[in-house]
Amino acid sequence: MSNSLFKYILSSILLLGGLTSLAKASTEVNVYSARKEALIKPLLKQFTKETGIKVNLVTGKADALLKRLESEGRNTPADLLITTDAGRLHRALKANVLQPVKSETLSTIIPENYREPEGYWYGLSVRARPIFYVKAKVNKNELSSYETLTDKKFKGRICIRSSNNIYNQSLVASMIEANGAAATEKWAAGLVKNMARPPRGGDRDQIRAAASGQCDIAIANTYYFGAMLVGKKQKDKTAASKMELFWPNQSTRGTHVNISGAGVTKHAANRDNAVRLLEFLVNKESQKWYAETNYEYPVRDDVEVSALLKSWGTFKSDAINLSVLGKNNPEAVKLMDRAGWK
Amino acid sequence: MPDTESLPRTAMKSIPIRTYLDRWHISVLLVAFLCAIPVLTVFSYIFQPAGEVWQHLTETVLSDYVLNSLQLIIGVSFGTLTMGITTAWITSVYKFPGRKLFQWLLLLPMALPAYIIAYTYTGMMDFSGPIQTNLREMFGWSYGEYWFPEIRSMWGATSMLSLVLYPYVYLLARAAFLDQSIVALEASRSLGASAWKSFFKVALPMARPAIITGLSLVLMETLADYGTVQYFGISTFTTGIFRTWFGLNDSGAAAQLSTVLLIFVLILISLERISRKQARFFHTSNREKRRANIQLSPGKAWIATLACLMPVLWGFIFPFMQLLQWAIETYEEMVDDEFFTLTWHSLSLAGSAAVLALIIALLLAYGQRLQNTRLIQFAVRIASMGYAIPATVIAIGIMLPLAWIDNVLDGWLREQFDVSSGLLLSGTLFALMFAYMVRFLAVSVGTVEAALGKIKHSMDDAARSLGLNPRQVLISIHMPLMRRSLLTAILLVFVDVLKELPATLILRPFNFNTLAVRAYELASDERLADASTAALSIVIAGIIPVILLSRSINKQKS
Repeated sequence: MSNSLFKYILSSILLLGGLTSLAKASTEVNVYSARKEALIKPLLKQFTKETGIKVNLVTGKADALLKRLESEGRNTPADLLITTDAGRLHRALKANVLQPVKSETLSTIIPENYREPEGYWYGLSVRARPIFYVKAKVNKNELSSYETLTDKKFKGRICIRSSNNIYNQSLVASMIEANGAAATEKWAAGLVKNMARPPRGGDRDQIRAAASGQCDIAIANTYYFGAMLVGKKQKDKTAASKMELFWPNQSTRGTHVNISGAGVTKHAANRDNAVRLLEFLVNKESQKWYAETNYEYPVRDDVEVSALLKSWGTFKSDAINLSVLGKNNPEAVKLMDRAGWK
Repeated sequence: MPDTESLPRTAMKSIPIRTYLDRWHISVLLVAFLCAIPVLTVFSYIFQPAGEVWQHLTETVLSDYVLNSLQLIIGVSFGTLTMGITTAWITSVYKFPGRKLFQWLLLLPMALPAYIIAYTYTGMMDFSGPIQTNLREMFGWSYGEYWFPEIRSMWGATSMLSLVLYPYVYLLARAAFLDQSIVALEASRSLGASAWKSFFKVALPMARPAIITGLSLVLMETLADYGTVQYFGISTFTTGIFRTWFGLNDSGAAAQLSTVLLIFVLILISLERISRKQARFFHTSNREKRRANIQLSPGKAWIATLACLMPVLWGFIFPFMQLLQWAIETYEEMVDDEFFTLTWHSLSLAGSAAVLALIIALLLAYGQRLQNTRLIQFAVRIASMGYAIPATVIAIGIMLPLAWIDNVLDGWLREQFDVSSGLLLSGTLFALMFAYMVRFLAVSVGTVEAALGKIKHSMDDAARSLGLNPRQVLISIHMPLMRRSLLTAILLVFVDVLKELPATLILRPFNFNTLAVRAYELASDERLADASTAALSIVIAGIIPVILLSRSINKQKS
C-alpha cells in the first residue's frame, strides 16, 4: 500500500464525512423517518416543489432512529421524527426528544384520538388491522370479534405473523387496555392453540397462506391486502381475490387501528419548517396520496378515498388514545412470550 | 520460493528493534482499543438493573433462544464442513469434467446475502409458492394431504446459512489442500493406506487449522445473523436481544444477553487459537513440485462433478434465477436515476472500507509479529471480536460514544467561546466506516495473519541485517510476498460491506442510501419482486471480486 493512496483514501473519507455534516440552513428541514423511502419521498419532493424548502431524509427502523435522536441530544440535526406506529411516538415522547407544537391547521384537521393532546405528535395516516377470511370456506356470520377467534371452531384455521412484529404487539396492547392483562393473556394462549401453523413471514404471507388453503382466517393490515389486489403479481391478485375483509368488533369498541405519525424534535433547528411539513402532510392532496399509493386511510374525513378503499366499506375504529399502545407494549410482549406466541 | 520450514517465534525476541517497538506497540493497542469501544459501550449497560425481565426471560423464552442458537450452529457447522471440505478436496486433488469452472463457481454463493437467499427460497418453496402450487394442481392435493418440506423452519434456516457460508470453509480448506506437499500423501499411499484413509489420516488433519479458521468465521456469521432467522420465525439469541431491547424496552437486559453471546464467541475464538497451536504442520518439500491431479474413472468423475454442482446450483443458480425473474418483471420501475447513485455509494463504501481494513490488519498482524507479547495477542483478538456481534449492537455501541464526544466538545466550545460545533462525527460516513472496521476487521486480520505466518522469520532477520527498518521490511519484503493474500483480504471485506445492512441503516448520513438499504426497505415492505433489482445488483457487484479472488488463488498455486 503506497503512502499516497492511503492519504487519498483517508482524506476522501474525511471530506465526505465533513460535507454531510455541513448542510444546515433555514431553507431546509431534516427528517428521520421510519416510513420507508418509497412511502414518503414522493410527498417530500412535492413539498420541496411547493415551498422551496429542501428536505434531507434518513430512513431506518423506528427504534434505531429514536436511539440516534436520543444520543445526539441538543445537537441533533433532525427536526421531524416520522414513525409507522403510535407506540414508538409515545416512546419518543417518554424519551424526552419531542416538543409540543401548536398549529391551528393540525388540530382542526386531525381527530383528537389520532394526536397527542399537547401536540407532541400527530397522526398522518390510519392503518387498520382487520380479519381476512376465505370466501369459500368461512361464513361471514361465524366472525364477530378478535376475542372470538379463540373459539374451538377456529382450531387450526388461523394464520397470523410472529409476535416480534409491532402490529401484533400493538393489537395486543389495545386488547390489554380493553379487557385487562389476564384476560388478554388467556386470549393469546387460545389464539396460539387455534393457529394453523407456527407464525412466520409477513402480513402478505398470511393472506397468501389462507388463499392457498393452509388456513381459513388471516390477520393483516389492510394496505398489504390492497397492494396484493392491485399489484402486478398475478398470483397475489388471484390469492387476494379469494379473500374477503371483515371488520371485527363493530358492535363493541371497534377494529384495531394504528397510525403512521410524526413529532417535531425537542431541539429542532428548523422548527417552523417542520411544522409546515406536518401541515403539508395532512393537506387534502397528501392525504389522498396515502390512500391511493399505499391503501392507508386518511386521518381527515373530508378526503375522497380511493375506489378500492370504498369497496371495503366504512368501519368503526377502536377510539382509544393511541399513546396507550406504547405504554402497554412491554406488557404485551411479555404476555405473548408466556402464551407461547412465537 | 524457498523452503517453508519455520523458526519458532521466540527467535524474534533477540532482535534489537527497541527503537521501533514502541510505535508499533502503541498503534496496535490504540486500534484494539478503538475497536473495543462499541463492545465496551454495550457492556456498560450491564450494570443497569434488569432483574424482573431476566426472570421473565428465563421462565419463558430464554431456553428457546439458547437451544435454537445451538441447533443452528451445529447444523450450519455440519452443512458448511460437509460441502466446503468435500468440494475443496475434490477440486484440488482430482480431475473431472468442469473442474476448472467449479473452482470459482463454488465461491459464488458468497456474493448472496443470507437474507436474500432466504427470501428467494421462500418465494419458490413456500406453501403458496410455484412449486407447491403446481404440485397441488397436478395431483389435486390440498393442504394437509401431502408432505412438503417447510422452508421457514430450523432446517430451512440451517440450509440457507450453510449454502451462503460454506465458501469460507471451501476457500480456506482448498488453499490448505493445495499447499500440502505431494510427499506426505504419497508416503501414506505407499505405506498402504487407502485413498480414504490418507484423506482422513493425513490430508484432513494437516488442513485442520485452515478449516477451523473458516468454520469460526462461519459460526460467527451465523450467530450474528438476524435477517434470515427473523424472517423464518426462529427465535435465536440475536432475535432475542432485539426483542428484549425494543419490544420489552429494556436495554440493560439486552446488553446482558449480548454479553452472554459475546462470552460464547470468545470461547469459540480461543478454541480456534488452541487448535491452531496444537496443530501446526510444516511442509518440508518444495511448493513448485505440485502434484498432478488424479484422473478419476468416468463414473466417479461424474459423481465428482455432481458433488460440486449441487452447492452451486442450490447456493447460487436457483436463487439467482429467481432474482433475475423478479427483476425482469420489475426493473423498469425500480431502476430510476437514483439507482446509479445507490450503486456508486455501495461500491465506493465497500472499496474504501476494504482498503482501510487491510491497512489496519497489516498494522495489527505485523505489530504482533514484531512483538508477540500476550498483551498484543489479546489486543489483536479484541480487535477481531466484532465479527460475531450483531451489527445493530455494534452500530448502537458506536453511535452512543461518538454522540457523546460530539456533545462534550460542543458543550465545551459553547461554554468557552459561545460557538457550537454541532455534530462532527455522528451521522457521518466516518461513523459508518468505523462500524465496518469493527465488524469486519476479523476477516482481513485473519487473512493477513495467516499469510504473514507463512513467511519465515529468517527473512525478517536477513532484511533487518541489511539495514531495513521494520516498516521497510513490511512494505518492501512482506507485502510483495503476500500480495495475493492481501488481495484476498480486500475482496472478502469488499463483498461483506457490499452486503452489510444493519449498521448502514442506523449510522448513515442524510440522503445517503445503498443497494442493501434499498433492497431491505422494499423486501421488509413485503415487496420481494421490487427488491430484486437492488438485490441482484449487490450479487453482480459481489461476483466480480469473487471471480478475481478465485483467479488469484489459482495463480498462487499453479
